[in-house]
Amino acid sequence: MFSRILIANRGEIALRIIQACHELGIEAVAVYSEADKDAPYLQFADEAVCIGPANPAESYLNIPRIISTAEITDVGAIHPGYGFLAENINFAQICQDCGITFIGPPVEAMRLLGDKIQARKLAHKAEVLVVPGSEGALEGESEALKLANKIGYPVIIKASAGGGGRGMRVAHNDISFRQSFNAARSEAEVAFGDSTVYLEKFIVEPRHVEVQVMADKAGNALHFYERDCTIQRRHQKMIEESPCPVLNERTREKLCDAALRIIKQAKYVNAATVEFLLDKDKKFYFIEVNTRIQVEHPVTEMVTGYDLIKMQLKIAAGENINLSQRDIKHTGVAIECRINAEDPENNFAPSPGKITRYIPPGGPGIRVDTHVYQGWTVSPNYDSMIAKLIVHQPSREEAIATMKRALREFVIEPTKTTIPACLDILSHNLFVKSKIDTSFVERNL
Amino acid sequence: MTQQNNDLDKIKQLIDIMKQNDLVEIEIKHDDDKIFLKRSQPQITQNHPAAVPMMLPNVPAAPPGTYAAQTAAPQKTPEELQKNAVLLEIKSPMVGTFYAASSPDSDPCVEIDSTITPQTVVCIIEAMKVLNEIKAEVSGKIAEILVTNGQAVEYGQVLFKVKPD
Repeated sequence: MFSRILIANRGEIALRIIQACHELGIEAVAVYSEADKDAPYLQFADEAVCIGPANPAESYLNIPRIISTAEITDVGAIHPGYGFLAENINFAQICQDCGITFIGPPVEAMRLLGDKIQARKLAHKAEVLVVPGSEGALEGESEALKLANKIGYPVIIKASAGGGGRGMRVAHNDISFRQSFNAARSEAEVAFGDSTVYLEKFIVEPRHVEVQVMADKAGNALHFYERDCTIQRRHQKMIEESPCPVLNERTREKLCDAALRIIKQAKYVNAATVEFLLDKDKKFYFIEVNTRIQVEHPVTEMVTGYDLIKMQLKIAAGENINLSQRDIKHTGVAIECRINAEDPENNFAPSPGKITRYIPPGGPGIRVDTHVYQGWTVSPNYDSMIAKLIVHQPSREEAIATMKRALREFVIEPTKTTIPACLDILSHNLFVKSKIDTSFVERNL
Repeated sequence: MTQQNNDLDKIKQLIDIMKQNDLVEIEIKHDDDKIFLKRSQPQITQNHPAAVPMMLPNVPAAPPGTYAAQTAAPQKTPEELQKNAVLLEIKSPMVGTFYAASSPDSDPCVEIDSTITPQTVVCIIEAMKVLNEIKAEVSGKIAEILVTNGQAVEYGQVLFKVKPD
């Protein structure tokens, strides 16, 4: 096991990883930008090193500074968290070259699955149904237009190097296609430094269902069931739950098996999430693999009872997952609400600033993952998520009731947050019946 | 400082006198100054000086060390205070290891009182096996060096304080 690791991230996930480290007897080194100098988890870390100014390019995305920190603090591994450098192949390669273990997949698996076009080809090989779309990258606008007509509108244009819901555009006809095509390419260039895009049939009224998998270096791959992340706004997840309320056991088994086939095909190691779209007829189509631990991992932790971060650390240190698939059961229902510093009344405009009053909810069945405290200043430099509120109860009805109760108790002032929006969603008849698709938020909020 | 040294010398002399003459108490008044020394009864063991309590009326009882500190607190002149307020800082622009000289055999790039210009290389910071020359970017004289050779430094850490021209 590592004696010391560095966490190349910030906020709630940095704290989460420090917690897992300390429970395993691993020392944790935290890095921080000047904007995060008052982050509370810096005091829990065994060492905290300032790596730059607020701007992520000069701090959390700055590979030389992070590697340099790893060297002077003499760590054995780096956990990249999610976002930032978590899926940066270059960073993973540099870690390898410097003899520092990257807590995540091998570079090759990341490269293969990170390229969304290659990932689709791999899914084919693993005999998993993919969404009908382009075979490879699109050469130009006219070729793309022809293909869009062949697949049939509506279509979605996606960035090959993309993720996190960015670099995506839906087009319903030839006119909007041209605009969308070019917009998607520009966004992809800016966000990922690669304007390559591909095309997929846009599945109407889909549900977004993803499977959590873990694989060790010995080749054991296990799934930890699925999460339903259909409640999204502009491709950003707002609410996640497990299990998916509309799957029967047979479909669940097929879905999770498909996820495992893809992971094994890619010779993957460590944590991954395999994403699918579920259409109205409960047919599922592979979209992509997220080669990292995800924001919503606590949902799976609550229903299965396993600590996924600790598992990541153990796998990276060369330990095998000492479980069989039969050992992994899911009990009850878990729901997570992402609490963002955004104003739902004002088109979810970011709402940074100092939090002068902060009272988190408590009581049975509640888990709050956050780095925020009373007096913390939400910086405009980073994403707006300030807390994750997770609830676990024996039934979905109870979970919804507890979540609503907890959201009402949660005080965050004077910051505008998405708490009221979450309450609206949880109270909505369609959500309660789970008759939803990914357009639910846009249509009903 | 001289006054304080005189006082201590006097007290030491008094203690010696007391010991030599086996005195238990002694009190001396001179104008407004008063000193009173009391010694515990002579015992067979030798370590008496430590057992002598020192009591000075109008001054809180304290061992010699703190008494010295109380009367001789160095006062900063207004000029000195002014100077401290405008020392410029040279901060580390990166994370790495600080080296005072460009190679193990060379002299340090700068020392206290070295004159520097913005282009002066003040130190080396090694990051990922690359030796980076750090330029002063200010003019003046090195007033303080806050890091030692081989020390790990973080972004924004103050390396030098500079007295500007």
